[in-house]
Amino acid sequence: MYEKPLPVIDPESQPYWDALKQHRLLLKRCRACQRCHHYPRELCPHCHSDDVEWSQAAGGGHIYSYTVARRPAGPSFKPDTPYVVALVELDEGVRMMTNIVTLDVESLRIGQRVAVQFDDVTPDVTLPKFRPA
Amino acid sequence: MKKREAVIVGVADVPLKDGRVAEPLSVLQVQARAARDALRDAGLSMRDVDGLLSTGMWGVPGPGQMPTLTLAEYFGIAPRFVDSTNIGGSAFEAFVAHAATAIETGRCEVALITYGSTQKSEKSRSLGGRPSVLTMQYETPWGMPTPVGGYAMAAMRHMHEYGTTSTHLAEIAVATRKWAQLNPAEMMRDPLSIEDVLGSPMISDPLHLLDSCLVTDGGGAIVMTTAENAKALGRTPVYVRGYGESNTHWTMVAMPDLTRLTAAEIAGREAFRMAGIGHDMIDVAQIYDSFTITVLLTLEALGFCKRGEGGAFVSGQRTAPGGAFPLNTSGGGLSCAHAGMLGIFLLIEAVRQLRGECGERQVQNARTALVHGTGGALSSGATCILSRS
Repeated sequence: MYEKPLPVIDPESQPYWDALKQHRLLLKRCRACQRCHHYPRELCPHCHSDDVEWSQAAGGGHIYSYTVARRPAGPSFKPDTPYVVALVELDEGVRMMTNIVTLDVESLRIGQRVAVQFDDVTPDVTLPKFRPA
Repeated sequence: MKKREAVIVGVADVPLKDGRVAEPLSVLQVQARAARDALRDAGLSMRDVDGLLSTGMWGVPGPGQMPTLTLAEYFGIAPRFVDSTNIGGSAFEAFVAHAATAIETGRCEVALITYGSTQKSEKSRSLGGRPSVLTMQYETPWGMPTPVGGYAMAAMRHMHEYGTTSTHLAEIAVATRKWAQLNPAEMMRDPLSIEDVLGSPMISDPLHLLDSCLVTDGGGAIVMTTAENAKALGRTPVYVRGYGESNTHWTMVAMPDLTRLTAAEIAGREAFRMAGIGHDMIDVAQIYDSFTITVLLTLEALGFCKRGEGGAFVSGQRTAPGGAFPLNTSGGGLSCAHAGMLGIFLLIEAVRQLRGECGERQVQNARTALVHGTGGALSSGATCILSRS
């Protein structure tokens, strides 16, 4: 039984979470300014156009910043401490919050290359996480 | 017609003992007592109040979502100007700005700003049922420790880009403790060294326990009116010379640059422009210190030093008593009290400094004060520049 908090999926994000179940990471891409954004929005946050479409990310990126949680974010994360919460900057230029899956939390550094991996935490939810590339 | 000038004419906070209200009180009682005392300080009474501004995380979900409705009912007033803008801990600096505008345009005569929290007594550091929108989808499932995690990632990035160190951050905690030791109302009086901070348990790398604010109860209130009314009341007015506010993000993913408080840059620029003064005119600063990194980033964003130079700026106990830059003279959130939203307490301390009421911790000839609040996860910023003339 998975006891950690699960994402509260809404109509806007349903395609994003559906794609993750198929181990695909989707971003929204703006056809007006060509830039991607994450999380998915109705209007491009860069140029405010409504001409946005889904686009699949390649899955590579680097660590923009991170922290090692020595104290858990609630009891369900306690067995995982210390664990890494990071902001990963994908090669498509967007950042996402995630975990860096590693046994050596001390070895990580900002700028390090990482690759997506898909963690099927429940039959309905897959979380995108990253590992050192 | 002579221009109406808005001034702060009354302040009060609720006494704490070991970080708790001295006797069991409801969150509404806490605010009623603070309001009563601030109105007494102003020489006014509740029946004079026609503007009410408040926010908080109490009663969320529930009555705290619409705090001025609850408080107007509880106080027995029907104000003609209300504001419950919730931009986090900086809301109270924004309230001073909004109340000043309302007073200057004649929308109200006497504005009352209140805050209350009993989080320590209730043994909760709950951010009160944060809505599931966005963070619940894009942060919470990965175990983001809140609120410390976002600040920790900002600190980590600042260290990476600028070579800022844990020692730099510890300088801020140590200097703030020295101010707290001069404040009879404070909570933490034990001496603190840089080694103590660095040796305290790591909470969320690179932030230690002693890089983090206290968790306390607290209640405070501020009364504002016109300079003309203040004179008639025989009270010492504190003038509101400049203000600004902004906010940029809710989730850390959307913070434009983790080393840079864009909201504070906007708020500070507006406040200095309106006040028409330079940084060298600021005699004392009260800057939101939820964590040590909050202070360092804010000093840079407000332009007291260049980007990346915050570590050097705070070195050598520059912000301690006797230092060149008196900062957080009450002991701040790090060493005095942090009742969930610190913003109102920064304002109260600034007013007391400008009125010369601070005893041992009084900054000599404090004429102009800067107050800056930060809310959310480095999300919002609001600045006030106050002066005694």
